[in-house]
Amino acid sequence: MSGPSDYQPSHPALKWIERRLPIMGLVHSSFVAYPTPRNLNYWWTFGAILSMMLAVQVLTGVVLAMHYTPHADMAFKSVESIVRDVNYGWLLRNMHASGASMFFLAVYIHMFRGLYYGSFKEPREILWILGVIIYLLMMATGFMGYALPWGQMSFWGATVITNLFSAIPYFGESIVTLLWGGYSVGNPTLSRFFSLHYLLPFVIAGVVVLHVWALHVAGQNNPAGVEPKTEKDTVAFTPYATIKDLFGTCCFLILFAWFIFYMPNYLMEADNYIPANPGVTPPHIVPEWYYLPFYAMLRSIPNKLAGVVVMFSSILILAFLPWLDTAKTKSSKYRPLAKQFFWMFVVVGVLLGYLGAQPPEGIYVIAGRILTLCYFAYFLIVLPLLSRIEKPRPIPNSIADDVLAKTGSKATPMVSTVIALVVAGALFAGSAQNARAEEQEAPPS
Amino acid sequence: MIVTTASSAEYPTRRDFLFVATGCAAAVGGAATLWPFVSQMNPDASTIAAGAPIEVDLTPIAQGQDIKVFWRGKPIYIMNRTKKQIEEARSVPVSSLPDPQPDQARVKEGHDQWLVVIGICTHLGCIPIAHEGNYDGFFCPCHGSQYDSSGRIRQGPAPANLEVPPYQFVSDSKIQIG
Repeated sequence: MSGPSDYQPSHPALKWIERRLPIMGLVHSSFVAYPTPRNLNYWWTFGAILSMMLAVQVLTGVVLAMHYTPHADMAFKSVESIVRDVNYGWLLRNMHASGASMFFLAVYIHMFRGLYYGSFKEPREILWILGVIIYLLMMATGFMGYALPWGQMSFWGATVITNLFSAIPYFGESIVTLLWGGYSVGNPTLSRFFSLHYLLPFVIAGVVVLHVWALHVAGQNNPAGVEPKTEKDTVAFTPYATIKDLFGTCCFLILFAWFIFYMPNYLMEADNYIPANPGVTPPHIVPEWYYLPFYAMLRSIPNKLAGVVVMFSSILILAFLPWLDTAKTKSSKYRPLAKQFFWMFVVVGVLLGYLGAQPPEGIYVIAGRILTLCYFAYFLIVLPLLSRIEKPRPIPNSIADDVLAKTGSKATPMVSTVIALVVAGALFAGSAQNARAEEQEAPPS
Repeated sequence: MIVTTASSAEYPTRRDFLFVATGCAAAVGGAATLWPFVSQMNPDASTIAAGAPIEVDLTPIAQGQDIKVFWRGKPIYIMNRTKKQIEEARSVPVSSLPDPQPDQARVKEGHDQWLVVIGICTHLGCIPIAHEGNYDGFFCPCHGSQYDSSGRIRQGPAPANLEVPPYQFVSDSKIQIG
């Protein structure tokens, strides 16, 4: 996107349009002729997957909004009527709810890819920060969307999270009242959540445009972490990256479809099928799985304000990553120490997620505190330290050399295979469950 | 630099087949994905259920009286016509009507005094007022269309007679509309 394109369509009518609005040239230079590193692996397909998921969520969301009623007295019922009465309403609802989870799954993989291969490093700092902004917007959108069905978990999750702002000294209470539009979470809160939930995805779309623009200025990073030097290092985006993205998207859609059709409520909370009751708090308030690590960190800190600060910092610290990890070698492929700490960080993240769903008692609290420390230690201690003391392995001379090298690393395909098998196994196990209550359990009195 | 197609080959290649097959699969998949998004705009099950046929008891309606009921959101006039109204409707030469239709075609045989019409003016959709106008039928206040005692347009901008909904006599004193 640097400078006018030299693309010229052949048809005279298209030439006429092109002279007045060079959109074909723009699409051509950005997505057809765009030079793409030839050594990209499938972890690079998640950008396209995310774009598709945004489109899926917007489409299903717009269509669901035709049948949903954003009023506290009617919201729950309207969602049930979508699932039961509207033609294919069950499908649209499942697509949107499962789609949110798949959206976050894809974004976490996308972010971890960035972490591992150093995609946040110079000159891609703004690209990375735009990504953090998109992630924050996604979290806000997801939070408000979850409130809309107005079940028990919707209501109480909204109450807990909006109450976070009361931790702000002096202004806290008035801010919370402003957010609520009342003296507690109620109908005004629901209406504004609906309006903002409809708005934010389009804000996300705008930031995604900036994100792709920033990407195209710097060019893609690649698994070797070596910038393209000659034409031999790159291939045209179409058809190579286009088809690879399409194939990655199809595999992702298989996973997505599995959740939609076989396990739609696996990631949902049973309590959210109880209409919101302002007088009864559920015994375990749990956010959706993609917020669990941050929820765990919030609950680890005994002080209210400190807990809120720690939770928000844990996300904001990502924006500072380019200045915390200043190692010249981009890809962890050539950084043996950084690679090990990366996988430890992944384990810390998963464990924090697990802890977020447990009751905050006993060993879980201690573990949560230790793991929160580990989380911040990774960014504030490990990465800066490694930038100074680690001796990286020699990086390849160029991408072409890396691709043409006879001895390839067997490790990465192994990791991907293991992950795929674990996921497949978990899916089979999860779909083998049914919704029937246990034989021995007495019904709730 | 980019893709090499089979432009130079004698016969279509395996690659060509794969392209076409993938394209067809994508087209079928795309259509299958698109259909639910279109179909969800059709009336849902609760709307269809609410539009089920209704039964109306005719015994409270005396001669010369009419009632208005709602079915599928539309107002329906049920009129118990007097002998005079029936005669006036039947004595008009059918060919002189703007929308020619004999009165006998607009009522059920053996139940000539019962006129059941949808109360929506065929001009632009207002509800005509019963027992008004020059023909002892209906008068639409919006633009002055006048219907007779058989609900047929006689003068004014409306192009067609008032629509007769689907209905049948369950018994002599009860009809089912829809």
